[in-house]
Amino acid sequence: MLMTNIETVPGMNIIAQYGLVTGSTVRAKNAIKDFGAGLKNMVGGELKSYTELLTEARKEAIERMKEQAKRLGANAIINIRLATSSVTVGAAEVYAYGTAVKVEPKG
Amino acid sequence: MEDIIFLLIILSVTYVTGSIIEKKHFESIKKRERALIRKPIISFGAKTWNTNKKIKKIELVTGEVVISGDYFKNFVASLKNLFGGRLTTFESVLDRGRREAVLRMREKAIGAHYIINARIESIMINDNYSSKESVPQCAIIAYGTAVTYE
Repeated sequence: MLMTNIETVPGMNIIAQYGLVTGSTVRAKNAIKDFGAGLKNMVGGELKSYTELLTEARKEAIERMKEQAKRLGANAIINIRLATSSVTVGAAEVYAYGTAVKVEPKG
Repeated sequence: MEDIIFLLIILSVTYVTGSIIEKKHFESIKKRERALIRKPIISFGAKTWNTNKKIKKIELVTGEVVISGDYFKNFVASLKNLFGGRLTTFESVLDRGRREAVLRMREKAIGAHYIINARIESIMINDNYSSKESVPQCAIIAYGTAVTYE
């Protein structure tokens, strides 16, 4: 699956469009890690456990979007956007969306 | 009285730890930015990419980071909030976060020639101002399309 966040796939021609595909996920960490992050919060710096959470969430959201595109018979997703929102404290939503298309190499 | 002493201790401890962590982080960011100069080239906002060269690989690359200020920064900011103006203590936190996220994205794209249409997405995940203890945390995702020529 080719994925880009621009309007084309460089070096390829778009031959069919399948419309919007989306994937989203909400993730929360366990209470122990929340507590650890709370302490880290006081002294400042990067919150590694939350970064991990965000990475997992992003992977999952993109994976779900890919699944959807695969079911439609697409072989590429263009114009992908990633959006985030906070549902509650300690949980993050990551939302990925794009246009599923079929591409073939130029020439 | 005890409360004030306790507050002063917390403030001085978090001031020291916060500035040490910040200094170290800025040093590492600067070092890595220097190492990555011009490879790969980032383009913010290119919508299409026309080239005659043969393309080997196209990939969506991302870099993410969750960063927080410290108790001291939060305290200073809440005082500053009364008078308005620049919240310099938070500016440095956000600057660090964004640069770190972009660096992580670029480090994932090592070997690629360009990163096209890089975007930075950020959100506060702990903007619960009802409690004094809550320090804002910022989640930042940077993403773009990495293009490798043959």
